[in-house]
Amino acid sequence: MNRRRASALDPLLTLLTWIGTLIMFLPIAWMILTSFKTEEDAVSYPPKLFFTPTLDHYRRIFENDFVSFATVSVLVTVVSTLIVILLAVPAAFALTVRPVPKWRDILFFFISTKMMPIAAGIVPIYLVARTFDLLNTSAVLIIVYTSMNLPLAIWMIRSFMVEIPRDVFDAVAVDGAGRVREMVQIIVPLIKPGLASTALLCAIFSWNEFFLAVNLTTTVSTLPVFLQKFLSFGKLYTAQVAAVATLINIPVVVAGWLAQKSLTRGLTFGAVK
Amino acid sequence: MSVIAIENLNKSFGAFNAVDNLDLTTEDGEFVVLVGPSGCGKTTTMRMIAGLESSTSGTIRIDGESVTDQSPSERDVAMVFQNYALYPHLTVYENMAFCLKVRKWSKDEIDTQVRKTAKALDIEALLERKPSALSGGQRQRVALGRAIVREPRVFLMDEPLSNLDAKLRIEMRAEIVKLCRRLKITTFYVTHDQLEALTMGHRIVVMKGGIAQQIDTPQNIYDTPVNTFVAGFIGSPPMNFLNATIENGTLVAPGFNLVPNGPVGTAIGHRTGTVIAGVRPEHLAPRPAAVPNTPGTIWGCIELIEPLGSQIMIQVSVGGHLISAQFERGPEVAVGKDIVLVHRPDALHAFDSVSERSVLAPAN
Repeated sequence: MNRRRASALDPLLTLLTWIGTLIMFLPIAWMILTSFKTEEDAVSYPPKLFFTPTLDHYRRIFENDFVSFATVSVLVTVVSTLIVILLAVPAAFALTVRPVPKWRDILFFFISTKMMPIAAGIVPIYLVARTFDLLNTSAVLIIVYTSMNLPLAIWMIRSFMVEIPRDVFDAVAVDGAGRVREMVQIIVPLIKPGLASTALLCAIFSWNEFFLAVNLTTTVSTLPVFLQKFLSFGKLYTAQVAAVATLINIPVVVAGWLAQKSLTRGLTFGAVK
Repeated sequence: MSVIAIENLNKSFGAFNAVDNLDLTTEDGEFVVLVGPSGCGKTTTMRMIAGLESSTSGTIRIDGESVTDQSPSERDVAMVFQNYALYPHLTVYENMAFCLKVRKWSKDEIDTQVRKTAKALDIEALLERKPSALSGGQRQRVALGRAIVREPRVFLMDEPLSNLDAKLRIEMRAEIVKLCRRLKITTFYVTHDQLEALTMGHRIVVMKGGIAQQIDTPQNIYDTPVNTFVAGFIGSPPMNFLNATIENGTLVAPGFNLVPNGPVGTAIGHRTGTVIAGVRPEHLAPRPAAVPNTPGTIWGCIELIEPLGSQIMIQVSVGGHLISAQFERGPEVAVGKDIVLVHRPDALHAFDSVSERSVLAPAN
């Protein structure tokens, strides 16, 4: 790959990039800082940059039922993401190697389900969940998160699979491997980075989801609902909410950090051959 | 070792005929080269033999058994791809063992066979490496190894040398030929490089527009091409074509007076009117003492000189057309100078000016 020649514009671009990065990072930094402030410091005006840090808010989180909400969050995220990947891989594989008639329409239908405003769907979802006695359970969240992420996952995984050279599929056919072996032993290992980024995105979406969780569950629910409980205590607990928000963010940041390499590769898969 | 019989093979993509009525029967262990320009149907033909592409009509038999409707694995063919198509996440050993595992060979049998093949191809030291850690030539060897490890009935190679540099290509060309001769496996080899076709094949199938123009040995195709396409495609630099009038058994026009003998001379003797005369650049040589209009000569002004080491290639303007000639370097050539070239009388070609078929070829 040829590198672009350096130009006089480069320092300006670098500066703009840094400004953009700082603007994006500032609210997060503020949230983390606030979580270590006392409630008085948190709401003081002008805002205090230098203060005596306290861990009180973090301690108080664990005095509440944080652990049970966190457990549900982890369970729902892990299980729904696993199911999504297990279902999306064969679906994407089928659409790649042996497209059914009207496969473009099918693919569009998958993704079009994401275009519907979720508020419009909440009543039927709620009624179905109530009929099957699934309200306020982890199961209902696993089901809705799986169906929420599946279209995106199929779409993404298929886009990774079509990037695999046709010769590889032909080589497998000539070698005589069946479809299952082809998918499991050849194709899936080849799209591992893409699979990792898909799984991570699905996990992040599940982890952060609030609207469905707050409508379908109350006590057996995920961390965003737990966070909301702090907001509705009648009094404003800015520092306390910042501490919960920081804690909720940690797993996403850590997972993103760990998967950074494959995430970048996965999201730019096929951009450069 | 196998005999492959292709009968009336057709492949259409909508209104476009990619392969048109191909008939070909190989001999046991024969090396057949499919050659032609891009889009001529050679790769489609090979993919149909492999079972990767279904035919629109026609039959493919291997050892008498029709395989037309069989899957690639049922046909027991092995293929080497242009981009090698090695599995990048598997080691060389695993790449070679994969097709044997699929066929449910035992671990010991797989190990013995992979190591035996690796030894034959001199890739034993590479067995634990991944394809990304191999050079182009090594990948090519591994791709060959993966194809021969299960001793298939038919070997298919789709432009396997096109990604190698010129030096390596010549080395691998010789190696593939030696390997196929030793293994005596019937081989189909697709290339667009006429030199590969001439040097490697027992027989060459020259294709254009989905139609096999000529199926013959390399020597026959070079010596007696059936039409102007084959004549121009096989041989480098390509053959010169000149519109000529037949006059008393000679081919004349402003700038040349060609005197064919042998079968072409006889065929010309029976014809009148115009033909396309064909003469290969390497069959032309300067004749310093000759004057223009001497029978058996071409004359004109030198437009360009290209040194090729021991030989030179010149472009000469003959009656308004440029022709090339290639011969030993000498003092007589200079740009802008007139030159008289003499042709080898037994190596002259003549083609019908309408059908462009050789005057020696039977009428269609």
